[in-house]
Amino acid sequence: MTTFIIRRLLSAAVTFFLITLISFVVIQLPPGDVVSNWVRQQEASTGQPLPPETIENLRRTYGFDEPVIVQYFKWIDGFPRGDFGFSIEYSNAPVADILAQRTGLTVFLGVATLFISWGLAIPFGIFAATRKNSKWDYFLSTLSFIGISTPDFLVAVIYLFIAVFVLKTDYSGGLFSQEFKDAPWTWARVVDFAKHLPVPLAILGLGGMAGTFRIMRANLLDILDQQFIEAARAKGLRERVVIYKHATRIAINPLISRVGMQLPLLISGTIIISIVLDLPTLGPPFIRALNRQDMFLAGTVLMILAIILLIGNLIADIVLAWSDPRIQYE
Amino acid sequence: MNRLTGGFGLFGARKKNVELGVQDEYQLLTVRQLMIRKFLRNRMALLSFIALVIIYLVTLFAGFFAPYTARDADSKLTYSPPMTIRLQDPETGHFHPPFFYPLRGKRNMETFQLEYVEEREKRIPVQFFVKGEPYKALGIIAWDVHLFGSSDPAERLHIMGSDVRGRDLFSRIIYGGQVSLSVGIFGVLITIAVGSVIGTLSGYYGGVFDNVVQRVIETIRSFPQLPLWMALAAAIPPQWPPEWVYAGIVVVLAFINWTGLSREVRGLVLSLKERDYVHAAEASGASTARIVRKHLIPNMASHIIVTATLAVPVTILGESALSFLGIGVRPPMVSWGLLLNDAIKIQNIVLYPWTLFPGAFILVAVIAYNFLGDGLRDMVDPFSR
Repeated sequence: MTTFIIRRLLSAAVTFFLITLISFVVIQLPPGDVVSNWVRQQEASTGQPLPPETIENLRRTYGFDEPVIVQYFKWIDGFPRGDFGFSIEYSNAPVADILAQRTGLTVFLGVATLFISWGLAIPFGIFAATRKNSKWDYFLSTLSFIGISTPDFLVAVIYLFIAVFVLKTDYSGGLFSQEFKDAPWTWARVVDFAKHLPVPLAILGLGGMAGTFRIMRANLLDILDQQFIEAARAKGLRERVVIYKHATRIAINPLISRVGMQLPLLISGTIIISIVLDLPTLGPPFIRALNRQDMFLAGTVLMILAIILLIGNLIADIVLAWSDPRIQYE
Repeated sequence: MNRLTGGFGLFGARKKNVELGVQDEYQLLTVRQLMIRKFLRNRMALLSFIALVIIYLVTLFAGFFAPYTARDADSKLTYSPPMTIRLQDPETGHFHPPFFYPLRGKRNMETFQLEYVEEREKRIPVQFFVKGEPYKALGIIAWDVHLFGSSDPAERLHIMGSDVRGRDLFSRIIYGGQVSLSVGIFGVLITIAVGSVIGTLSGYYGGVFDNVVQRVIETIRSFPQLPLWMALAAAIPPQWPPEWVYAGIVVVLAFINWTGLSREVRGLVLSLKERDYVHAAEASGASTARIVRKHLIPNMASHIIVTATLAVPVTILGESALSFLGIGVRPPMVSWGLLLNDAIKIQNIVLYPWTLFPGAFILVAVIAYNFLGDGLRDMVDPFSR
């Protein structure tokens, strides 16, 4: 087990290196470099040229006079100090300051969504599988098919529509009320946060639910066909025991290995829904940065998202290896 | 698939058995017949296929089916709500040939919103095959006949409402379909070409090439799809003409999709190249090109088609999401995602809920493709129950 974890960590380290490389390529992709873009914007907004020392200073800090490969190493060299470059869009603020809290909220939202969608999808999956080909089964299966076909941003827009016209709520986006937006964490802020949370969670959960539901249903149906279930019934066990103690336990296991596939969708969903609902996650600064070619910020967000994914997959792999002794890890 | 191509048939269970009273006659079905039968039996897949054919035909002949062109604006009817085509006079209850009441805008002096009321005195007949704005059918044939439209050019008919500049939303949706739906097709064609070639090469030759390709694929896939799409799409230079941007978006979408297909193809090649008939072909001196062409590709074709069909909706959704966020195709080009961009603000949903119509079209197209892919997957395995 330990060797397995070490090997997994080593391969994750290699992937991490490749992620930083690709993120850096993304930063370099738009024509012109970050500093000259910034200088152009500054000069356009103030109407007067910047002092050459400032420009020179910035160029030196991020190594823009040097070959691309040196620039890359200068960029990753700043990581341990928490220096990811600067942002044009957010008036020169260091990227790390803009993203710190938003990263936390992104992860929180993702994890909460995962638990909610599983918490609902698994019981529904069991419900549908044990009533195969019934009206409820057809209803839920059709609904889930529509669910996996509906893109997250459409769910968000449709939800807003329902919220306004059917539920007549006053939710208008965000995770905090105006007065708590930049406040430090206090009890009142937590309460405010909790009040805003259900809508985004419901929208995000819905998308993930459909896929999990379908897999849970299919798994359970496969297992209910097997002989040990027949044997358990023949022994005279109650149906409830057969389903929950014998079948469901095994049917849930493949779902853990699916977390790895679910995570990227979850992150993509979180980003786009955050943009629609203006949630304080990594989504809004990402789209803002992309629209303005504020590439240090955009590249760093992309990198953080990939790293969240990397860590998520790592955890999922380890949990799977630990939960299923049949998995070989040499 | 190879085990199926021997040309043997299946005995359908229609033998008349006197004692059991079962239906008459055996049926000898070829694999192809069996596959077609299997597909026809999947109602949703068949229905989706028909729906997609209709949608594609309508967008292909957009000029004819759309009452207006995509850029035709009417400043008097900005954000006009959908107009109803009526067959019955609401007061007298008499039936008439299809007609509509024109809308008149009035500024509400309290909210400063433009509010529309039907002008009941005027009845404008809806005409079929009406002469209207000139357009080029299929991009070449100049014509000016539209399937339906208002008989009075001064009174415009917006069956799904209009947008901020008074452009007919229904017409824009039809023109937008050209972009949204073709992105799926072109994106997937690139995906198939790149994915299957690289997948075949790395599966067949293995070695260093395979190793490098696999690491590249892993790295691309270690990024969440949508953010990577967004980052790449944003790198398309803003000064490019819209057609180039469109091509750029297609390439960006295919850039991630090929990795999945390539992996599947590699897996298939790995298992196929150890089959006896491939060894036999090698032993009898067939060239690699011939083996790939005659033995590998035919055996993978069905699999690739299914994967490709299921990749189309993913690509359509990708384009929609990018355009919805404003980093996809650019005006004056229209796509469903771009149109839905009007509904990104909650105020717009409240005031102009019809801006959500393009979303319904995205949904229908994507669901239809998913059902179709599902049906095809069952079809290529005609012996399963």
